[in-house]
Amino acid sequence: MIRRINLTINGDKVGIDVQPSMRLLDVLREILNLTGTKEGCSIGECGACTVVINGNAVNSCLIVIGQCEGSEITTIEGLEKNGELNKLQKSFMEKGAVQCGFCTPGMIMSAYALLLKNPNPTEVEIQEAIAGNLCRCTGYKQIIEAIKSP
Amino acid sequence: MTDFDYIQPTTLQEASKVLSSDGINTLIYAGGTDALSLLKNDIYKQHKVLNLKKIEGLNYISFDKTNGLRIGALATISEIGSSPEIKENYNIIHEAANEIASPQLRNMGTLGGNLCQRPRCWYYREDFDCIRKGGGECFAYEGRNKFHCIVGGGPCYIVHPSDMAVALLALDAKVVIHSNNGERTIPINDLYVLPQDDPMNETILKPGEIVKEIQVQPPVKGIKSGYVKFKERDTWDFAVVSVGAVINSTNGIINNVNIAFGGIAPKPWSEKSLNKSLSSVRINENELEGKLKNLFSNAETLSENAYKVPLVRNLTKRLLLRLVQ
Ligand SMILES: Cc1cc2nc3c(=O)[nH]c(=O)nc-3n(C[C@@H](O)[C@@H](O)[C@H](O)COP(=O)(O)OP(=O)(O)OC[C@H]3O[C@@H](n4cnc5c(N)ncnc54)[C@H](O)[C@@H]3O)c2cc1C
Ligand code: FES
Ligand code: FES
Repeated sequence: MIRRINLTINGDKVGIDVQPSMRLLDVLREILNLTGTKEGCSIGECGACTVVINGNAVNSCLIVIGQCEGSEITTIEGLEKNGELNKLQKSFMEKGAVQCGFCTPGMIMSAYALLLKNPNPTEVEIQEAIAGNLCRCTGYKQIIEAIKSP
Repeated sequence: MTDFDYIQPTTLQEASKVLSSDGINTLIYAGGTDALSLLKNDIYKQHKVLNLKKIEGLNYISFDKTNGLRIGALATISEIGSSPEIKENYNIIHEAANEIASPQLRNMGTLGGNLCQRPRCWYYREDFDCIRKGGGECFAYEGRNKFHCIVGGGPCYIVHPSDMAVALLALDAKVVIHSNNGERTIPINDLYVLPQDDPMNETILKPGEIVKEIQVQPPVKGIKSGYVKFKERDTWDFAVVSVGAVINSTNGIINNVNIAFGGIAPKPWSEKSLNKSLSSVRINENELEGKLKNLFSNAETLSENAYKVPLVRNLTKRLLLRLVQ
């Protein structure tokens, strides 16, 4: 049964007609063409699909769109403002925190959610915040550095 | 995955009404961090999904010194893990919550869903027609069973995966259950069943019954509590073995203690005789080793999980030493 779901994505109000059982990840990638959000494991273990809903990092692979009615969602595409990258994105580039780049959008969204609540996190707080994000290229040191000094 | 109708009641009454008319075909859905995987793997085949999240008044944490703690079923694990009142008065809940999964999952996962989540046994989760899914055999018994139970097993050998349930059992918490017939409040220990009594369900909840609230008595002065969890992967993982304890001691001597165990049984487990035998014991490594050396010596271990016996003894010792010293 198709339903209209209203939400705010990267600051824009949108209404989408979808099956409420569709995963948020698929709505982002396939309906809204926001392919920055990646699919890795599909079971909540890798964090590649991380987006921010109402200020909290979540796994978009484990959320059905029906649950998102009225929410405010930020994806990696929403960080750039007026053609300028967000300071976290710049810092990831400067510190060499990107290798193959597959984990990067999810990693940055977890870091973004952390900085929303805690602008000056300690190294331990950073490690905890990205505990749900796997980097197969294992560049964690640079990733932590990038989050420390955006 | 079976396609499903998505129902969004806004009151508990409305939810119970739907559930009372077709409870068997309706899946209760909170954060969905477990339920969606079960639907996707066709372990759940309900064609109606009832989202609890729009129901007003089920997401709260309230505490006062006379009435104790009340947590609504929709409170998220991160809200519980970051509550200053819980940290100050019920450290065991604070520690258990922060040991659960990853930040992303704690932000979505709810207390009710955590208590009612299904086992992680690989045979149950994958394409095996096991006893828990109505089949005739527990494949773990003679198969791969490193994470399976050492006590309380048979005919199925799962362990219960919930960390919150272990912490709440050590606190003798109560569960408020809501249905169309009204409400009842039961000790958390009575929420769970062993496979010998019901091999297909971990809880006594009948179709249509909703966990509404958890209640914990006010903290007694001087009490200390904590939770340790051994995981195969340190960042986050389900418990291989976990131990929670609530302890009241004076000058290093135990007055009374309530210990609960996770990862060893098909339900959150406690050993009343152990709690009793520890009262009046002076807490030091030697004394504890003596008292714990026979803990679970009656365990019925499987081919790959006997390591859990020394592990649970050592974790218990470590936790008690930490709490008293
Ligand atoms: C990768 C991963 C790692 C995890 N690690 C851990 C861990 O370390 N420790 C741990 O304890 N858990 C862990 N979990 C399990 C995680 O799903 C739960 O912790 C979470 O709290 C479940 O809550 P939910 O709201 O998402 O439940 P849902 O998925 O919505 O529901 C789970 C089950 O409970 C039922 N249910 C939900 N709410 C109620 C209610 N109020 N009344 C009656 N029935 C209800 C549903 O019908 C369903 O069967 C992990 C999960 C994943 C995917
Ligand atoms: S794709 Fe969602 S956590 Fe891996
Ligand atoms: S940069 Fe390759 S997975 Fe992290």
